Amino acid sequence: MTDIHDYDITRDARCPLDPAPAMLARLAEGPLTRVRMWDGSTPWLITGHTAHREALGCPAVSVEPGRGAPALSPHEAAAITAAAAQPQEPGANTSFIMMDDPEHARLRRMVTGAFTIKRMNALRPVVQQIADDLIDAMLDGPNPTDLVPSFALPLPSLAISALLGVPYGDHEFFQDNSKLLINRDTSAEDRNAARARLTDYLDGLLAGKMKDPGEDLLSGLVERINAGELTRAGAASMGVLMLFAGHETTANMIALGTLALLQHPDQARLLRDGDDPGLTGTAVEELLRFLTITHGGLRRVATEDIVVAGQTIRAGEPMIVVNETANRDPEIFADPDRLDLTRDARLHATFGYGIHQCLGQPLARLELQIAYPALLRRVPSLRIAAEIDEIPFKHDGFVYGAYRLPVAW
Amino acid sequence: MKVTVDQERCVAAGSCVTAADDVFDQRDEDGIVVLLNPAPTADRAAAVREAAAICPALAITVEEGRP
Repeated sequence: MTDIHDYDITRDARCPLDPAPAMLARLAEGPLTRVRMWDGSTPWLITGHTAHREALGCPAVSVEPGRGAPALSPHEAAAITAAAAQPQEPGANTSFIMMDDPEHARLRRMVTGAFTIKRMNALRPVVQQIADDLIDAMLDGPNPTDLVPSFALPLPSLAISALLGVPYGDHEFFQDNSKLLINRDTSAEDRNAARARLTDYLDGLLAGKMKDPGEDLLSGLVERINAGELTRAGAASMGVLMLFAGHETTANMIALGTLALLQHPDQARLLRDGDDPGLTGTAVEELLRFLTITHGGLRRVATEDIVVAGQTIRAGEPMIVVNETANRDPEIFADPDRLDLTRDARLHATFGYGIHQCLGQPLARLELQIAYPALLRRVPSLRIAAEIDEIPFKHDGFVYGAYRLPVAW
Repeated sequence: MKVTVDQERCVAAGSCVTAADDVFDQRDEDGIVVLLNPAPTADRAAAVREAAAICPALAITVEEGRP
């Protein structure tokens, strides 16, 4: 066991859109290895695509704090200790992404109705209008500009605000606090404070919806509270989850995807000028695969003996399941390091897999399918206005992205 | 082919609808899968197989060769 490598998710600054070299090296060794963590522990590292599905699709695998899933950093260890010490009231200040079934499924199903394909199709003209208005404003503003605040961040923020029933006028407040939640280097204390501010904010919005309900998702949660199916604290923490997950993720995908497209002009041309109506959907899946902004690994623990990639993982053993290497597994994706918008990448692991797979993925797809073509077609001369090593990437984020993306046209 | 769905396992990701919206739909209230056509024609086989392959909850079962 002397050849166990350190868990290292540091990306190569020369190839900032590729997964960390150390993670790709583990994948090259096999679909499942062990890694050494910051605290000396040696959990399983699951890097292969088939193994990723075996692990995340297995019912004998837990995500709940306190059951033994590994902490990826000291900050995370402190957060897990705090969460595990909390009374286990359903939904009390913890969201269902940190719960196992059956309680997870009961709570998740309270919100999935808002993200059906039918509802997303009805939302399409709204999101298209948001994109067009933002591009109008960008073209009227300074050139060059930063794509993140002018397009990448407000597009999903406006969409999720409308869907949830959150006033967009508060966007600076909820964006600033979301940034703290999503940064790996935020201390447990600061993270808890940011979550508390957002929870209080959502609780206030829920109080307003109780008096004056609308058609939005938060008003739907008020009905669940009134029916006795959900506590008010549980509803507020669900709202926090959807608000921050609903804009930080897609915002990073829009910025990084635009960068990747502009780095591959032949691919950008396909998307801009192509006459295949199916290509936009295919292209978005490939960008999701290629970029894997949900990087660094998902924490899990086996609750029974299970078999992953032919290897027995004993009950109680911790594991880290890695999306970005599954997405570069040559057994599933031929020539995986090449961006090819025409390939069928639907089996990508970017939304995770199993019962916790991203519930907002239909909204993310809708936003991305509108954002890239709108930008490329309306601003055909769009280019990156910085050297690649001048772009500040979110190496410290649970979700990868760029803090700023200078563009010109 | 013969298609069955497991509404208990379904996690409402909506992937099957994006793959084959003539075969799969979702309940309005919670997005759980609804099977529109348990016996799709051969020309829909590839789309239905893809729907089963991308389902994150293994909630779709496809039996080949039956009408």
